[in-house]
Amino acid sequence: MGLTNSSVGLNSAKEILTAKKKSPGDIVIALAGNPNVGKSTVFNALTGMNQHTGNWPGKTVSCAQGYFSHEGKNFVLVDLPGTYSLLAHSPEEEVARDFICFGKSAAIIVVCDAGCIERSMNLLLQVTEINKNVILCVNLMDEAKKKKINIDLALISKRLGIKVIATSARSNKGIEELKNALLDVTGCSYEITYGEKTEQAIFLLESETEKFKDIINPRFLALRLLSCEDPSESSLMKHISISNEEKESLALTVSDAKASVFMSGDDFEDDIVKSLIKCGEEITAGAIEYQNGQYSKRDEKIDRILTGKIFAFPAMFLLLALVFYITITFANYPSSLLSMGFTKAEEYLYGLILSTGCPVFICDFIFKGVFRVVGWIVSVMLPPMAIFFPLFTLLEDWGYLPRVAFNLDRCFKKCDSCGKQSLTMCMGFGCNAAGVVGCRIIDSERERLIAILTNAFVPCNGRFPAMITLITVFFVGFASGVSGFLSALYLALIIVAGIGATLLASKLLSKTVLKGKPSFFTLEMPSYRRPQIAKTLVRSIFDRTIFVLGRAVVVAIPAGAVIWILSNVTVGDVSVLNHISSFLDPVGRLLGMDGVILMAFILGLPANEIVIPIAIMAYTSSGALTEIGDVSLISEILTSNGWTPVTALCVIVFSLMHSPCTTTLLTVKKETGSIKWTAVAAILPTIFGVVACLLINLIASIF
Amino acid sequence: MVRLNEIKDSEECTVVSLFAKGIIRRRFQDIGIVEGTKIKRLRSGPLGDPTSYLVRGAVIAIRSEDAYLIGVETNSWDSQIPRSD
Repeated sequence: MGLTNSSVGLNSAKEILTAKKKSPGDIVIALAGNPNVGKSTVFNALTGMNQHTGNWPGKTVSCAQGYFSHEGKNFVLVDLPGTYSLLAHSPEEEVARDFICFGKSAAIIVVCDAGCIERSMNLLLQVTEINKNVILCVNLMDEAKKKKINIDLALISKRLGIKVIATSARSNKGIEELKNALLDVTGCSYEITYGEKTEQAIFLLESETEKFKDIINPRFLALRLLSCEDPSESSLMKHISISNEEKESLALTVSDAKASVFMSGDDFEDDIVKSLIKCGEEITAGAIEYQNGQYSKRDEKIDRILTGKIFAFPAMFLLLALVFYITITFANYPSSLLSMGFTKAEEYLYGLILSTGCPVFICDFIFKGVFRVVGWIVSVMLPPMAIFFPLFTLLEDWGYLPRVAFNLDRCFKKCDSCGKQSLTMCMGFGCNAAGVVGCRIIDSERERLIAILTNAFVPCNGRFPAMITLITVFFVGFASGVSGFLSALYLALIIVAGIGATLLASKLLSKTVLKGKPSFFTLEMPSYRRPQIAKTLVRSIFDRTIFVLGRAVVVAIPAGAVIWILSNVTVGDVSVLNHISSFLDPVGRLLGMDGVILMAFILGLPANEIVIPIAIMAYTSSGALTEIGDVSLISEILTSNGWTPVTALCVIVFSLMHSPCTTTLLTVKKETGSIKWTAVAAILPTIFGVVACLLINLIASIF
Repeated sequence: MVRLNEIKDSEECTVVSLFAKGIIRRRFQDIGIVEGTKIKRLRSGPLGDPTSYLVRGAVIAIRSEDAYLIGVETNSWDSQIPRSD
């Protein structure tokens, strides 16, 4: 649920190859590391920024930048995507590699998890092949201590010839030392030796690669050229401008070198990786001692329950329901308070502006049109969001989400898609647009598309407040006590239905337009970490809640204006709004709803949160939204307009399954680069919704 | 030699051969699975698949058909007795 500008796709990952310096003297530092080693936490600790971090892989999908100064020197810190290697097999790896190669960084901090240093050596060594100026930051030392892992950092430092700094970035430990280390970076003295044949081939290429030594480390270039099948296809060569003749001569030398040692590109890569892992074992040999075994007893106990055969699914459902229960229970009061406040403010401001001699219709337009819609959205959305987001972030920080992916992977595999899709679905709870961007964590192009196209089946935060309202009004009633709990349970059931629809749609896509077998799936399950409650609360409110709310308000302002105009411009004594709704009425009835609701869904396309307000506005025909602070008033308006529980159910189901909002569609367009897939993303859920509503209506009419 | 998906819960083994090709081979290598790597099976998911393994200090979930692509030698006593076939 990383909801920042960059995660909603405003910055394409590939655009950033040069750091933006504040002044020419700034020192550029890159931050690299495996996924899920607390790299973003280190970034935040160094820069004092609040980039969102999550306890699961693939959080940083593009490079964030931050600034800090230390001892009179100014630094620009670039947070690279988390990667296991720099062999450029995924877009993230390519971004990370390209920045380390061409980003002109003075030094690179490689962050690793104290719990598995050995594995990080692979990445560290690859980095040193490009740039010797490396600092190893061994993060999560506090966790390692708890797991009784002893690490001889001095030994590792001596073997590598670089500074090794122990940190626990969450509690700011070691950050000063890390900053001090940046003042005087030492170059790595460890020499990686590859297999004999690889070394021979590197030597054969020397005359060619030396030509580029001002742009890139010749040895690294040689390795990259050898390990791909066609050197001119190498993604690295995009950044090196050479003439066609030079290119041909280079390609010839490379194929000659390969032939002379009888090795293919794949053979080279195999040898490179194996050599790196061997070097990593050599460097860490004798330096790490696991007193309690490698798998923490505490993690084992929790995993036995949360991923166990009996409790995994009930626990998932209960956690979901619990999150909703807390959200619903605590959101009611601030919601009505906010609503009251807005109404008072409206009355006061309306009177104030009117007294300045402003024409009545302009006042009406501004306050009864725009201001009311904005007020509605803020009071309905803000409280549930401000509660839901932190709760969800706590689960995320704790490390539960990868377990969800683990539990559900079998289902996704059956539908020929990827278990990581459940992670992107979780992001969808916050905002579908963010969920769509998050799909970058899925390696297979086909499975990524499936995840993108089905993300809208998860109701985003713009949608579930309306669902909660309808559930409360039509299915639970206002009897306090159990009502909140029942609402939460029903809402959780609706989410389960959404998951079912996701699986069905995924299967459908896999069998038709996106045919293919499921590809591989490897998912790292990090240790459970105690969430930092205070930090989480502050961060998720500022980073996420305000961001999403801001977006909703930006959309609500023009939407409020349009709706006001439509409901106040009349053609033959009937407002345009009513004309449209009576035109749509037959279709709406067929779907168990009516024309007004259907129109509300269509007008609500820019932001789903305004669907119910539009409907109420059309029903009351007052030309402006009525005051909605009181849920029982909504109930009255809706029932007097012929709503039954069946209508409410159809609206909830249609709200769950219809075209995602325009922001999401634009993001889909950006991520897939295709109008066709964007259309599918809009039409597919709508078809599901239409069919489901038809069925519900049909079944209801039988009884 | 057996395949990684065939070993029992809590059983430890050593990788002897990596049969995976292409991108999945790279992914395995990325997380440190090469010949000689020690792997311990932890437990299967609630639906029987995927299964979590302990690889170089990290818990990694792998599907059974992907684990099939990793040839291993179990570290237990009976596998060390030379087989007559």
